[in-house]
Amino acid sequence: MSAAFDEKVHNTLADANLQLAIYRATARLIDHRKHAVAAAALPDYQELRTQANAIKRHTIDHLDHYLEQFEGNVTSHGGNVIYCQDATEVADFVLGLAKERGARLIVKSKSMTTEEVDLNERLEHHKLESVETDLGEYILQLAHQRPYHIVAPALHLTRYDVGDLFARTLGVANETVVEKQTLIARTVLRQKFLAADIGISGANFLVADSGAVLIVENEGNARLTTSAPKIHIAVAGIEKLIPRAQDLAVFLKLLGRSATGQALTVYTSFLSGPRRPGEIDGPEEFYVVLLDNGRTKLLADREKRESLYCIRCGACLNHCPVYRKIGGHSFPWVYSGPIGAIITPQFLGIEHEPSLPFASSLCGACAEVCPVKIDIPKVLLDLRAEVKQTEERKGENRLERLAFKIWAWVMCHPRIYELAARVAAGVAPAENGKWLRSAPAVMNLPPVRAWLSQRDLPPAPAKSFRELWRKR
Amino acid sequence: MSREAILNTVRTALGRSAGQGIAGPPPVRLRVAEMDGETRVAGLLRAVEALAGKARRVATREDARAYVSAVLGGKTAVASNAPFLRECGIVDLPSVQSGFTNAAELRALCATADVGITSADYALADTGTLVMLASPAEARLISLLPPVHIAVVPKERVLSGLDELFTIMPLPAARTSSMVLITGPSRTADIEQILVRGVHGPGEIHVVVVG
Repeated sequence: MSAAFDEKVHNTLADANLQLAIYRATARLIDHRKHAVAAAALPDYQELRTQANAIKRHTIDHLDHYLEQFEGNVTSHGGNVIYCQDATEVADFVLGLAKERGARLIVKSKSMTTEEVDLNERLEHHKLESVETDLGEYILQLAHQRPYHIVAPALHLTRYDVGDLFARTLGVANETVVEKQTLIARTVLRQKFLAADIGISGANFLVADSGAVLIVENEGNARLTTSAPKIHIAVAGIEKLIPRAQDLAVFLKLLGRSATGQALTVYTSFLSGPRRPGEIDGPEEFYVVLLDNGRTKLLADREKRESLYCIRCGACLNHCPVYRKIGGHSFPWVYSGPIGAIITPQFLGIEHEPSLPFASSLCGACAEVCPVKIDIPKVLLDLRAEVKQTEERKGENRLERLAFKIWAWVMCHPRIYELAARVAAGVAPAENGKWLRSAPAVMNLPPVRAWLSQRDLPPAPAKSFRELWRKR
Repeated sequence: MSREAILNTVRTALGRSAGQGIAGPPPVRLRVAEMDGETRVAGLLRAVEALAGKARRVATREDARAYVSAVLGGKTAVASNAPFLRECGIVDLPSVQSGFTNAAELRALCATADVGITSADYALADTGTLVMLASPAEARLISLLPPVHIAVVPKERVLSGLDELFTIMPLPAARTSSMVLITGPSRTADIEQILVRGVHGPGEIHVVVVG
């Protein structure tokens, strides 16, 4: 575990208020989802998951075909598709367009993909004002923080934090009533919407047969972003494609329910190109930025390709016992929780944070709630194997490997195992109940101590299972 | 730009070649519920109420106009160019302005009006959803900028749900550049998971079913 990861985890665990905030928010989301996918509310939930998985599998396996089909349809409606390999290319495109059109002010609706490429920072570096308009994201932009959760980005902040923040950054009175805080944000952002030159959105789906971008949201900020300014740019990962508009009948039923327990989010926008002759309002220019940023690396791996099926509902975060303790900011990149643990090392390279695939108890809750049936635990295990193979190649962690070799040998020899167990039972737990940590000096060797800093075992019982069994 | 580079990397990763065909995708899965007209309307009204929207069934177009007039109570409103609103006489109500074809003009008005009045191309019974297609009859901003949205819909346009919508309209892009589904008032729960209505869109929504 890297020192930075370790420190963030410890700080989160030590913060009782934060622990409570994470626990409450995720518990509520778990509860909402549970009712929304129950047999009484959605009898064909499992069939829909199977269909969603089959569609994603098919699309990803033939991604080049669907990219070209999508591009053709966007173009035929008068829009433009821009392929970008990385953050720099996305920023260069937006900056170039802004310069050409003399644009100064950009409004943004929530997009994890733009978080991935630090788009706001890059634009602001070039003196463009880029404003997040989702309430949670706006708060985080003012606080200079990144999202804590895929769908509830500011779940770690209290209304008192928000009151202080608004007073400090917007020069308003310190207001702690959430309705009033929301009104403050509405008023500030309404002016931005009406003055903005460009609106940048993400996309939940890219619909190949329609050349359309589909966006779900609850606040209305994405609708404003995509219809008030003259230019709309949607930024999306290349994996967001689905073949047909009709497939939305499957995905929309799963996405809202898995994310927040809503049958449909308040607004679902299906946008295909700039406004057409006769239409009264809407953008005059329409661009879709298709981003690679590490996705094609992952595509080559047939076993782990399913990581790209993700529709970013956040259900795996809410149900993960690890996420619920260590929170979103402990994760090294914008994606947190189980899905973050599998896509971060694959997008950025496994050396980026090699301990990430190990930050899981493999309990399987994530796979059980995933609406597109990604087998996250299996991918985590594959990644662990990759990390270990890399270590072995580099000759790292010899001691750990030796320890596990000895362990395996002991487990294969019953008599030795029993002898070892008896010796272990003789070690009394310390007063604080810690057991192995109170063991003799050998446990104080640095590598052993590091291992034990995160773990302990319950004290051995006076009589082992084997002894009890023999007496029956 | 990087078009060719990315497409080539994708093809190599998948072991495919340029222009290679594909086996068909899994069959479309659409299950349209059998539902008579009255059940649809009742379902829609119930679902809208469950979302904290206001739902009203009226028998005639005159009743629709009377209901809208009562909700307005003299407040300023902008109405879309939907023929059904004209047929109901709603565009002739004293505080209602309508007939806009200029984007800037319409936008300025929407930014100050108290109420936006539209019809809807369809409504979905099971989720309480309005389906709005941008067209010369319906602008995008009328259902979005004013703090109150009233939608007046003839009962024939109420569908059972998403599956029926995508059955009768397999390609929305063939009809419009923008199809928006509206399911209840604008809301957020971004601060301490406390529900607040009317963030950027209307915090109050009325669905009036006529017939």
